[in-house]
Amino acid sequence: MRVQLRYFASLREALGPGETIDWEPSGPATVGALRHWLRARSTAAAEVLGTGRSVRVAVDLDMASEDTPLRDGAEVAFFPPVTGG
Amino acid sequence: MTAARARIQEADFDPAAEAEALRAGRTDIGALATFTGCVRGAGPRDPVALLTLEHYPGMTERAIESMIDEAQRRFAILGARVVHRVGLLQPGERIVWVGVAGRHRREAFQACEFLMDYLKTQAPFWKKEATPEGERWVDARVADDEALARWGIASGNAGMP
Repeated sequence: MRVQLRYFASLREALGPGETIDWEPSGPATVGALRHWLRARSTAAAEVLGTGRSVRVAVDLDMASEDTPLRDGAEVAFFPPVTGG
Repeated sequence: MTAARARIQEADFDPAAEAEALRAGRTDIGALATFTGCVRGAGPRDPVALLTLEHYPGMTERAIESMIDEAQRRFAILGARVVHRVGLLQPGERIVWVGVAGRHRREAFQACEFLMDYLKTQAPFWKKEATPEGERWVDARVADDEALARWGIASGNAGMP
């Protein structure tokens, strides 16, 4: 399946703005599975998307969680806790 | 004409004009509660920091629109509007404005506070501070999660599970 990745703030600095990837999940296609797969792709991702890190995620412009299912063509954004206002 | 209820912009805004626009042409509004957030400089002895605000275009507007919908459901307000700036900001500059129109003051005050608590922890903005010692991303505060929890909403921002 095709996924549009987006990164913001400190994650953008570490990983770039994001890219379109082709991902074949070995199990259910969820945010958690994608995050796990991304960690295995690069040492930078392994660090900033690590399980101990506070990372929030949005799927198709809505806040999501590790269990959120992903569809083909989804836009998935990873970013640190938000600090607006 | 319906103006966008959530506006993200680099330019400064005029709080009085925003408030008037929210009220324009209506006679059912008995209360107008507004909040203006400004960039707070560092302490008196500390160097003053410059802020850069980043956001997630598209998601930010959508998130704030849905917060306003939620405020309308909860407090039966008559209208609300949010303006948030992004880009480079100096201490003392306006950064965010929330206006709520209601029939009575209670729902207007409450919805205004609710919107700010919600925005602080659920709208995709990030602040970066520049000081003479270098740049750093501002940490999210658990106190902001606690503020949202008062409304019965689990934030999962600073104090993530």
